[in-house]
Amino acid sequence: MADITDQIPERIPINLIVNGVRRTLEVVPWTTLLDALRDRLELTGTKKGCDHGQCGACTVLIDGRRVNSCLTLAVMKDGAEITTIEGLAKDGALHPLQQAFIDHDAFQCGYCTPGQICSAAGLLAEGHARGADEIREVMSGNLCRCGAYPNIVAAIEQAMSRS
Amino acid sequence: MNAYVGTPTSRVDGRAKVTGAAKYAGEFAADRLLHGFVVEATIPRGRIVRLDSSDALKVKGVVDVLTHTHRPPLADKDEAWKDEVAPEKGSPFRPLYDDRIRFNGQPIALVVAEDWETAKFAATRIRVEYEQEAFATDLESERGTAAKVDQPHKPRGDAAAALTRAAVRHEADYVIPSEHHNPMELYATTAVWEGNGGLTVYDKTQGVQNVQKFLCGVFRKKPEDIRVISPYVGGAFGSGLRPQHQVVLATLGALALKRSVRVVLTRQQMYSLGYRPMTIEHVALGAKPDGTLDAVTHEAIAVTSRFEDFSRNDTGWGEQLYKSPNSRLSHKLVHLDLATPCDMRAPGAATGVCALECAMDELAVALKLDPIELRLKCYSDRDQSGDLPYTSKQLRECYARGAEAFGWARRNPAPRSMRDGKDLVGWGMATGVWEALQMPVAVRIVLTSNGHAEVSCAASDIGTGTYTIVAQVAADALGLPIENISVRLADSTLPQAPVEGGSWMAASSAHAVLGAAEDIRQELARLAKAMPGSPLADVDAATVTLVDGMIASNGRNGPALSIADVMRHSKLERIEKEKLNQFAEDKSHARNTHSAVFAEVKVDEELGVIRVTRVVSAVAAGRILNTKTGRSQIMGGVVWGIGMALHEETVMDHRFGRIMNANIAEYHIPVNADIHDIDVIFVDEPDDRINKLGVKGLGEIGIVGVPAAIANAVYHATGKRIRRFPITLDKLLE
Repeated sequence: MADITDQIPERIPINLIVNGVRRTLEVVPWTTLLDALRDRLELTGTKKGCDHGQCGACTVLIDGRRVNSCLTLAVMKDGAEITTIEGLAKDGALHPLQQAFIDHDAFQCGYCTPGQICSAAGLLAEGHARGADEIREVMSGNLCRCGAYPNIVAAIEQAMSRS
Repeated sequence: MNAYVGTPTSRVDGRAKVTGAAKYAGEFAADRLLHGFVVEATIPRGRIVRLDSSDALKVKGVVDVLTHTHRPPLADKDEAWKDEVAPEKGSPFRPLYDDRIRFNGQPIALVVAEDWETAKFAATRIRVEYEQEAFATDLESERGTAAKVDQPHKPRGDAAAALTRAAVRHEADYVIPSEHHNPMELYATTAVWEGNGGLTVYDKTQGVQNVQKFLCGVFRKKPEDIRVISPYVGGAFGSGLRPQHQVVLATLGALALKRSVRVVLTRQQMYSLGYRPMTIEHVALGAKPDGTLDAVTHEAIAVTSRFEDFSRNDTGWGEQLYKSPNSRLSHKLVHLDLATPCDMRAPGAATGVCALECAMDELAVALKLDPIELRLKCYSDRDQSGDLPYTSKQLRECYARGAEAFGWARRNPAPRSMRDGKDLVGWGMATGVWEALQMPVAVRIVLTSNGHAEVSCAASDIGTGTYTIVAQVAADALGLPIENISVRLADSTLPQAPVEGGSWMAASSAHAVLGAAEDIRQELARLAKAMPGSPLADVDAATVTLVDGMIASNGRNGPALSIADVMRHSKLERIEKEKLNQFAEDKSHARNTHSAVFAEVKVDEELGVIRVTRVVSAVAAGRILNTKTGRSQIMGGVVWGIGMALHEETVMDHRFGRIMNANIAEYHIPVNADIHDIDVIFVDEPDDRINKLGVKGLGEIGIVGVPAAIANAVYHATGKRIRRFPITLDKLLE
């Protein structure tokens, strides 16, 4: 068998602009954006629920679009602008979606919540969803095991009506 | 007095959760943190002949590989491994203990490396040789080996004779598959090495003190050596009641390497933990021509492991719901080469009541009675198993309020009679029931002279809202705004609490808060009366209340002193009181929550696609401490019921004794598009007997009855009775 040590790839330096701040780090190519955020940059607000793009807990905004960070290699996003849940509130004031999630009790355990909110922020920017049925459809990549779905839809409708 | 209790107060931990500030077990940082990756067995039964770690150890960054032959000592007595929720009978599973393989997916090694990717990669380089033995994982093929377990329900009358003579009889098997909790948070532990053998263990658990005691037993540590913390839990639903593999493995790693170790299970690995056991529920009902019941028999046959007897009350709920002079109940277990099942939301009731309520619907059809009318004819004002009255039971009101909100009166009873375009429409209903339990919980309140109070307790908040209701009750009892209350939970060094489960934490923690707050009130009253020239000197201390930051008399109309002034005068910075809750011992009454669930389904006749378009759940659960979070809890239970009815099933390949859908793409849980209108109604249910506040708890009742209401609606829509859950479109099209 070949020397196994050789099978660990070299680290590659990358830049990520995370929540407006340029961060430089070295990652092996197999490091996902999710693990880079959580383990290297200590931004644990972005959640890991499956590592397979099945649950949506890891949703972040990359250049304004919602993306599953567990299916994105960090090296692919060298130079990209990334917004995580930690970057949504401005100067201590909650983003309208964050406030709407509190108002409508759109979470219980809170673990899927950062992904739900980032996904909803992406949804608002996309401008596709208009009514509750469409919100339900385009939010179906974000699982919530506590079953807060009706409240999530109500929260997004509130933020949508005020934006 | 009640500015907060009973109101729709927003979660006090809401801001932490929507900003990403809330930290979960696998997110705590530590110096020189190591990462563990679990290697699992790939056979269901046998032993490890050889486990070769040499290649994994050669991978740069790997620190060690722990196995049953290479690890620190573990306790050898079962008592040490029995946590407070362990089944009475059996020998709990011990990770990395010996060469025995007891179930597929059993952890057999822990690769520890400087980072997670390296550990994961090196885990693929572990080579294992097994000696496989004959195994069985199929409940249905092993049904003949079922062995009866002791349950408290005594037979009443002669159910067999009554069934034989019954004018109308219904008898059937209902099959409910194994299900997995799938909380969104992965199972995780960060064991922080504090030096001198001490550890701070951040663990995903429903009970920090249960885990702390367990770890001390398993690793022979003194209580002060291990502290367990779990401030936020990303869902658990019963899966975090018992200490799980990863907490043993992370602790083992930290003790072996004298460094901090984090172990996070993958989603797939979480399927090797506990699960709701598959159950075959055999129900037979015999009725007189007028629709009153004469006989109920209910036998549950459930899965358990070879090494522990896990069983719950599946069959006893009819004793509480429906009058019948004759009844016989039994629970049997089939021992299989699987992990031990564990509690999953409303354990026993979710499955048992599902079968009973489907059977009642079938009986109503046979009797040509409206399903609500049948239930009212059989309505029991007493719990027949102990012949006890209830502390309160507003189930009749649940039926009435739920039916009205749903529009049940407009239902055409004939199957396939209602349509919406090309969809068949079905309306079904069912009853739900759960226990109203309360457990010993202690709370400490520290009131400081600046008018703030810290309330602390080892109890967990698994998303249930414990932080919020504790703050509400404390704010009302201390007469402070809720912003002035800070709540600390889920640290094993805080005052005692059991695991958070069984819907008992709301009543238990609320009354501990009341007790501690009462001691503070008495102390303040004493100090206030003793002040020179006190306006309260002649006021009876027992009548003094804490309102708006004041020590007040005669409501707010009599003499009063500000709490801050009294503490300042008495030269007190803080008043600290700790109290264990106290409930009157009362075995004279049954204590239960109830619900009536109504469901509308629309079924595409050609494709068999089922949508649950409306659910009304009318719940009687005593006083609701927080109508906002309480409504969410019931709503979540309804979503779980929809999953149980239509989606959820852990599928085994019995040729390999292995789960085939160990991920959340193929194990279906409801997604947003599956969920439509859910209307939660809290029926007024005053109860001054059960406890001071009249609180019963809401965690479980929301799911109970929902799967049956949907199954009954599917029958009403299609004329097809599906008795094997989940009800998928292939079963409708067969």
